[in-house]
Amino acid sequence: MKNNANPSFIKTMLAVVWKDLTAELRSREVFSAMLIFALLVVLIFNFALELEAGTRASVTSGVLWVTFTFAGTIGLNRSMAQEKDRGCMDGLLMAPVDRSAIYLGKMIGNLFFMVAVEVVVIPLFSVLYNVNLLKPGLLLVVLLGSIGYSGIGTLLATMSVQTRTRDMLLPILLFPVVIPLVVAAVKASAGYLQALPMADIQPWLTLLIVYDVIFLSVAWMVFDYVVEE
Amino acid sequence: MIHVRQLIKRFGPKIVLNKMAFDVSQGEFVALIGPNGAGKTTFLRILSSLAKPSIGEVNVAGFHLPGQAASVRQRLGVVSHMPLLYGDLTASENLLFYGRMYDVADLTHRVQEVLQLVGLLHRSGDLVRTFSRGMQQRLAIGRAILHNPDVLLLDEPHTGLDQDACDMLDGVLRDVAVSGRTVVMTSHDFVRAQNLASRFDVLSRGRIVASIPANKLSPDGLQAFYRESLEQA
Repeated sequence: MKNNANPSFIKTMLAVVWKDLTAELRSREVFSAMLIFALLVVLIFNFALELEAGTRASVTSGVLWVTFTFAGTIGLNRSMAQEKDRGCMDGLLMAPVDRSAIYLGKMIGNLFFMVAVEVVVIPLFSVLYNVNLLKPGLLLVVLLGSIGYSGIGTLLATMSVQTRTRDMLLPILLFPVVIPLVVAAVKASAGYLQALPMADIQPWLTLLIVYDVIFLSVAWMVFDYVVEE
Repeated sequence: MIHVRQLIKRFGPKIVLNKMAFDVSQGEFVALIGPNGAGKTTFLRILSSLAKPSIGEVNVAGFHLPGQAASVRQRLGVVSHMPLLYGDLTASENLLFYGRMYDVADLTHRVQEVLQLVGLLHRSGDLVRTFSRGMQQRLAIGRAILHNPDVLLLDEPHTGLDQDACDMLDGVLRDVAVSGRTVVMTSHDFVRAQNLASRFDVLSRGRIVASIPANKLSPDGLQAFYRESLEQA
């Protein structure tokens, strides 16, 4: 019965993803909070801006990313708070596993919640703002932006959740770091919405990919140090 | 099984553990008692590899910390006053999750076995957030012994439990968790500690100031021994 093997990286990561998705399917705590917030932001901007057709394409991408980043922050905070509040983070850290697998599992779970909200918000956004967001290129930008945001957000949420002011601290830490990512995502999204030539969009897409790789690599490497007491 | 020498733990300028020495043989059940702030929880967090020693030698189950933390974690089970369980998962899902994290062989069977041992088989499909505090603590013991660890660390496991729940917890600890394992428990409940432990160590100001085997204490002598130890320290 004695078992001295340590689980593989993939097995650990999948176990964390399974746990997060199963718990969320029951409670819908993270998804509901993110979705309600995202819908409110979309509605408020819709009434506040009263966009004309000419300016709509240039402003829409900014509104879209403000919605995703704010909703994403709520999701990140709640996802990590669930680990902290019942001491479950200690339970994870005491397991004989590669801690970067825990990070990647949490990150994939957070990405899944963010994408789930985007799947609901994008069609609604298209209707309310009368723009077609269901373009493969734009959806790719949304996915790349979400990967980078979840990647660095999961790491910073792990840090901020240790503090009493976690709800306030996460945006303060996260937003300055993701500015390049959000700028690249807004520019690339605007490029697709305004039907600019691919040559104009490509640099922003490349920047998004580069930031994704950098954010994920750095977060993966430093997660062990971040959770160390 | 546990060997600690010259252990110092600092948080900034504050020294929490001060050249602490501590030894536990295989199969021993040591109750670590001491006033609030003596360093009990910090010490258990170091043994469980959640915190790193500032200086000193810490060896658990033949592996040193922090260098061989993964090997120590595989041989360690921890029960604290926090259940370390997910409220939105069922009892069996919680154990399945932790079993995967420890790569437990024949996991489905082992989960059923552990639930039976802690008396929660009939509630295996219920969400943990619907459990009473006592039931959660029993499940926490199940989580801690799921991978059959050599060493069990109990950090004030009775905190927040009523008398009946404490009695039930003690029963589970005695019958299921303790047998054949090396156990270190911190507690403020002297009566319960005396019913469980085979040795008592008093921790004060970051070091062990007194130690006595259970068979050298009168049935209600722990309180007096504790007071004497603190006065002499």
